Amino acid sequence: MRNRYTDQPDKTPLYIILLVVLCACKGQPDFNNENISLKDTASWPQSFGFGRLASSHDIDTLDIDIRPDGKGLPYGSGTVSQGKAIYAAKCALCHGKTGTEGPFNPLVTKTDTASSSKEPGKEKTIGNYWPYATTLYDYINRAMPFNTPGSLTPDEVYSLTAFLLHANNIVDSSAVMNAQTLPQVNMPARALFVPDDRSGGTEIK
Amino acid sequence: MNQNQKIKRRTWLGGAATAAVVLVQTSFGKVMQRAVTEKETATSDPTKKLGPLPGEVGTRSPFEKLQKKPSDTSSRTPLQDLYGTLTPSDLHYERHHGGVPAIDPEKYELLIHGMVKKPMVFKLRDLKQFPSVSRIMFLECSGNYRGNKEELSPQEICGLTSQSEWTGVMLSTLFREVGVDPRATWFLAEGSDAAVMTRSIPLQKGWEDTMLAYAQNGEAIRPEQGYPARLVLPGWEGNTCVKWIRRIEISDQPFMTREETSKYTEAIGGGKIRQFSFVMDARSIITYPAYPNPVEKGWIELRGIAWSGRGRIVRVEISTNDGRSWSAAELQGPVLDKAHTGFRYLWHWNGDETAIMSRAVDETGYVQPTLKQLSDARGGNTGGYHFNPVTAWIIKRDGRVLFRPEAKK
Repeated sequence: MRNRYTDQPDKTPLYIILLVVLCACKGQPDFNNENISLKDTASWPQSFGFGRLASSHDIDTLDIDIRPDGKGLPYGSGTVSQGKAIYAAKCALCHGKTGTEGPFNPLVTKTDTASSSKEPGKEKTIGNYWPYATTLYDYINRAMPFNTPGSLTPDEVYSLTAFLLHANNIVDSSAVMNAQTLPQVNMPARALFVPDDRSGGTEIK
Repeated sequence: MNQNQKIKRRTWLGGAATAAVVLVQTSFGKVMQRAVTEKETATSDPTKKLGPLPGEVGTRSPFEKLQKKPSDTSSRTPLQDLYGTLTPSDLHYERHHGGVPAIDPEKYELLIHGMVKKPMVFKLRDLKQFPSVSRIMFLECSGNYRGNKEELSPQEICGLTSQSEWTGVMLSTLFREVGVDPRATWFLAEGSDAAVMTRSIPLQKGWEDTMLAYAQNGEAIRPEQGYPARLVLPGWEGNTCVKWIRRIEISDQPFMTREETSKYTEAIGGGKIRQFSFVMDARSIITYPAYPNPVEKGWIELRGIAWSGRGRIVRVEISTNDGRSWSAAELQGPVLDKAHTGFRYLWHWNGDETAIMSRAVDETGYVQPTLKQLSDARGGNTGGYHFNPVTAWIIKRDGRVLFRPEAKK
């Protein structure tokens, strides 16, 4: 068989065979939906050539995400006590003096651990509802403080992360958060999360 | 009928000021006659005054007061005021996490990187050069439920769903262009709003039918809807359809962002929290009759919309006797995949108090559940994300239409 991106296949095109098989398998024609444009790309060039190659500068400027395994965490560190001072100055107005009061998104749990709260969701705090500690760094760094998003230094974000984890009884008061320690933190809510198993049909889930 | 409003013969014949008789509607929906003076006629008769000449942009009639209903976090589509299934672009619901960003289309860029052969940057004009597609589909926020009191309109109950014709380039076309690594399984979509909002999405959805849209209902996407470009994932919760998209990172695992862990997840009983609940299950609502508009005894055409994120609506069933019996509504064709579908049902109301309701059935056989069914299946929870119960309207003897709250207080 010739390259699928060349202009003319030499026999019955594979996509037609696949189409017939696909329709037979599903018991109904798949291509009768006037509303969906299912693209046959056999006649397309290998590359359209629109756009440009990204430089490492392009990528480094935007690539701020932090994965659960810690990939993406920058150099720097912070402590609980440093975080406490930053929290009071930049976060308490929205989240409350101790993180439980609000008015917006209470962050600190009023119960001990996730397991002590009978029904998760009644209180959605870091201590009883957040499954990954790295999410704290990622989110604070990208979106907080609400009125000046993206203004915190890595040390400040690490410090706030340490403070909030401590306030939720997840790390002790001497904890130092950095690229090595943060991914190691075990979150109580982690065990509560299950993947979606709804799939339509008659069962209500 | 108010006797004072009736036109007396004496007035009709002798009153020089009376020029016509018109039908007017009172606040309770009653139609009655009212005399119109010559002065009023002179200014209101459109045949007696030259109108505005052709203009550059059309306007909505000043008699039509269509409005979204904003809160701190979202703004809802006035479902009870709309006809058909397409939502006017300026009435499309809004939900965003850091306000609406102002983006210069000349400076806009989309970066695709990670597990790809060629990391690439696309300007808006680049995206528009690729083979394009258009598709009519609904977008719905998965937090689309309210049900705490009788005085709720369709807009307030479930106005976080809207429908548009979206135009753009298939994400698969861009995946093909950058050469996605076959070992990749997820991608991260990131917006350029003040929340720099992110979601992890299974790569398969990207290959299947995800669109990178730059147009909505025939024009560029509105700023509130993601100008100049956004993702649209047919049938999936609105939050995954990342607006103002600036970056896509191909990966072999989810990133566990704030939205997909601490926000768009739901408690389902047994101490469990369901995650990555992407697909919007089937739902329907009667938008007429509905609060706040009262009805009169006699023939009433029940109207509404039904939709499913899993495919086509195959049936909508109506009960006019509080669920004791159900009959099929007429569906307005064409019935599109993962799209709002109009339904109607002709009913003669005898004036007795009753409850009317609709339930949608989609092509997977899923029947829109009652609130009790949903609550039983989710450990007693009567709210949260992906909550799509049957909506019942109580028709009072005086014609008032009220929502029936069923959630526990």
